[in-house]
Amino acid sequence: MIQKKIQVINRLGLHARPAALLVQKASKFQSEIRLVKDEYELNAKSIMSVMMLAAEMGSFITIKAWGEDEVQAVEELARLFEEKFGED
Amino acid sequence: MKNQKKNRIWLGISASPGIAIGRAYRLDREEIKIREENLSSEQVEDEILRFKKALNEAKIEISRLKENIAKKLGPEHARLFEAYILILEDEFINQQIFTGIRNEKKNAEFVYNRVIQKTIETISLSRDEYLKERVADITAVSNRVLNRLLGIMPQTIETLKTPGIIVAHSLGPGDVVQMKKGNVLGFVTDIGGKTSHVALLAKSLGFPAVVGLKNFFSSLKGGETLILDGDEGEVILSPDETTLKNYEAKRERLLERKRSLAELTSLTAETKDKKKIELSANIELLSDVDTALENGAQGIGLFRTEYLYLASSNLPDEDEQYQAYSSLARKLHPQNAIIRTFDMGGDKFAQDAERAYEANPFLGWRAIRACLDLPDFFKTQLRAILKASSLGNLSIMLPMISSLEELLKSKEFLEEVKTELRGKKIPFDENIKIGIMIEIPSAALEADSLAKHCDFFSIGTNDLIQYTLAVDRTNERIAHLYQSFHPSVLKLIKQTVEEGHKNGIWVGMCGEMATDPRATSLLVGLGLDEFSTSPLAVPQIKKIIRSIKFEEARQLTEEVMKLSDSKDIERFLDEDYQRKFGNENSIRI
Repeated sequence: MIQKKIQVINRLGLHARPAALLVQKASKFQSEIRLVKDEYELNAKSIMSVMMLAAEMGSFITIKAWGEDEVQAVEELARLFEEKFGED
Repeated sequence: MKNQKKNRIWLGISASPGIAIGRAYRLDREEIKIREENLSSEQVEDEILRFKKALNEAKIEISRLKENIAKKLGPEHARLFEAYILILEDEFINQQIFTGIRNEKKNAEFVYNRVIQKTIETISLSRDEYLKERVADITAVSNRVLNRLLGIMPQTIETLKTPGIIVAHSLGPGDVVQMKKGNVLGFVTDIGGKTSHVALLAKSLGFPAVVGLKNFFSSLKGGETLILDGDEGEVILSPDETTLKNYEAKRERLLERKRSLAELTSLTAETKDKKKIELSANIELLSDVDTALENGAQGIGLFRTEYLYLASSNLPDEDEQYQAYSSLARKLHPQNAIIRTFDMGGDKFAQDAERAYEANPFLGWRAIRACLDLPDFFKTQLRAILKASSLGNLSIMLPMISSLEELLKSKEFLEEVKTELRGKKIPFDENIKIGIMIEIPSAALEADSLAKHCDFFSIGTNDLIQYTLAVDRTNERIAHLYQSFHPSVLKLIKQTVEEGHKNGIWVGMCGEMATDPRATSLLVGLGLDEFSTSPLAVPQIKKIIRSIKFEEARQLTEEVMKLSDSKDIERFLDEDYQRKFGNENSIRI
C-alpha cells in the first residue's frame, strides 16, 4: 500500500467537474484506491463517494492505493489536485 | 387595491446580468411522489432490469445534452454532464440499489430514492456553500431516473412557443442548455445561488437570470408581466407604465452599449490624426486571455508569472511553466504576449527561511535581485519561456531593474540558456525580445544607457510613484502623499519615453495610470507607444484614444508639464476629461 497526503487548492473544492476527472483517472488503474478525509474513507472510483467527501478548498486528503500500479496511481491522482483539476 | 398589486418587487440573487421584460411562463413540474411497494420474489429480477433501463435512458438523454453544450460552449462546459453520466454509472450506488431490490423486495424508485436521499443528507451536513451545488447536481440526475421509472414526462423548456420569462421552482443545467434565444428571454427560480452551474451556464449563454426568490413560483399564476433585472437581482411583478418605460430605456442603453463595444473590438487604437497606439491587457491567468481579446486588446502587455508560484504548493518546475507559457503563446497567436519574470519577495522562492524576514521588503531582496542570486531558479524560468517561444510571439520583461549591471547580468543568463538549448537542438525564437520595467527612479534616470541594451521599456507606475515619492501605499497615514500625477513622476515618465525613442525602442506602460481614463490624453501626448490596461478597461481607453488628436494631446501635455502642483495637475486633467467625455457618461453605466 502506498499513500500520499495532499491539499485541495482549487477554489470550488471537489465539486462535480473535478470529481468526474478524479473518478475517470482513478478508474484507469487496477489498484483499489481510497480517499481519506478526517474519519471518512471512500472509494475514489465512485463519483458519489467523492462528492460526499465534502472536500472544500484548503482541506487535506490522503490518497491510498493497493495494487500493482499503486505508485503511479497515487502520483497521477496527486497531480490532478496540484494542477487544480485545470480550473482557476 | 389594484395599485397595491402593481410594482411588487422581489429581491433575489443576481445569477446572470441583463434585463428581460416579458410574460411569465411557469414551468410546472409535478413533485415526484415515491410510493413504497412490495414485490414478489419472481418480480425482483424484472425490477432490476427496469431500473437498469431507466438508468440507460437517462444516460442517453444526458449524452445528448452533453453534445449539445459541447457544440454551443465548448468541451469545458460539457464536463459537467460527464460528471452526470458518471453518477448514473456509479457502481457504489447502483450495487446498493440492486441489493436493496433483491433483499428487501421493494420497488426500484423507492430503493433508489432512499439511497440518493441518504447521500444528499450526508453532503448537507457540511456547511460549505459550494456543497449545496453538489446536492443540486445529484438531484438533477436522480430526478431524471425517477421520472423514467415513474413514467412522468416533465414539462420541458421546449414547450415554450412564444417569447417569455421562465419561472420555475428550480432548474437544472440541462434545462438551461435547452433554452433557445428568442423564445426564452431570461429565467427566475426560487432556489439556487450565484456560483451554481445554472448561473454559470446562463452567463455563458447570455440569458439574464435571478435565482433564490424563495417562494415566487408558487405565488404566480403565469402570464403576468415581469421585469427581470439580472444586474440587480430583482424581479418586478406587474410593473406600472412608468416603471416599464424606465426599464425598457435601461435595456436599450445596455444593448446599445454592448453593440458599441462590439464595434470597438475590431477597431485599432488610433488617434484621429492617425497615430497608432498599441493597446494590450495585463493578465495573470490563462483564462483571462479570452476576456482580453473579447474586449479588443491587441495582445498581452504584461503576463504576471507570480500566479504560477502561488497556484502551486511547490516551486513551479520547468515543465509546469513551459505548459503555461506555451498555452499562452498558442492561445494568443498571432498576437504577442510579454512575459514578466517572477516579481515577488525572495522569501517566496529561496529555500532557506532565514532570509524571509526583512524590515523593508519593498526595498529588499526581491524580483530580479533575488533571481540573479538564484541562477538555477531564474534560468529554469528563462528556459521555459524560450522553449515556449518558437511561435515567435513571446517577449521577456524583467521587473525591478535599477541599474545597467542587472540588465546585462540577466542577458548573460539568457544567452547561457540559449546556448544550452542550441546544443540540445531545442527550437526557440532566436530573435526573442527582452525589455525591462521602468519602475525605479534610477532606471528612469538611466533610461538612455538601459535603452541601448534592451528592446523595449514598460513603465510600472505603481512602484515608480511609490519609490519616487517614498510613500508606502498601504500606509493609510500617508495615503494622501501617494499622488499619481506628481510632477516628479510625470517628469520621469517623460524622460523615459524620450530616451527610449532616441535609442529607437518603443515605450509602453503597464501600470495603473494606463488604466485611468483621465490620464489617457496626457500619456498619448507624452508619446507613449503602448498602453497595457486591465482587460475590462480596454474598450474605454480605446474609445478615448480614437476620439482625440495626437497634436492636441501634445499641447495638453505641454500645459500640464508647466504645472508644479499635483493637485493642479489632477484638476486640470479632470476638467479636460469631463469636458470631452463627461456627458457621455463615459462607457460605464
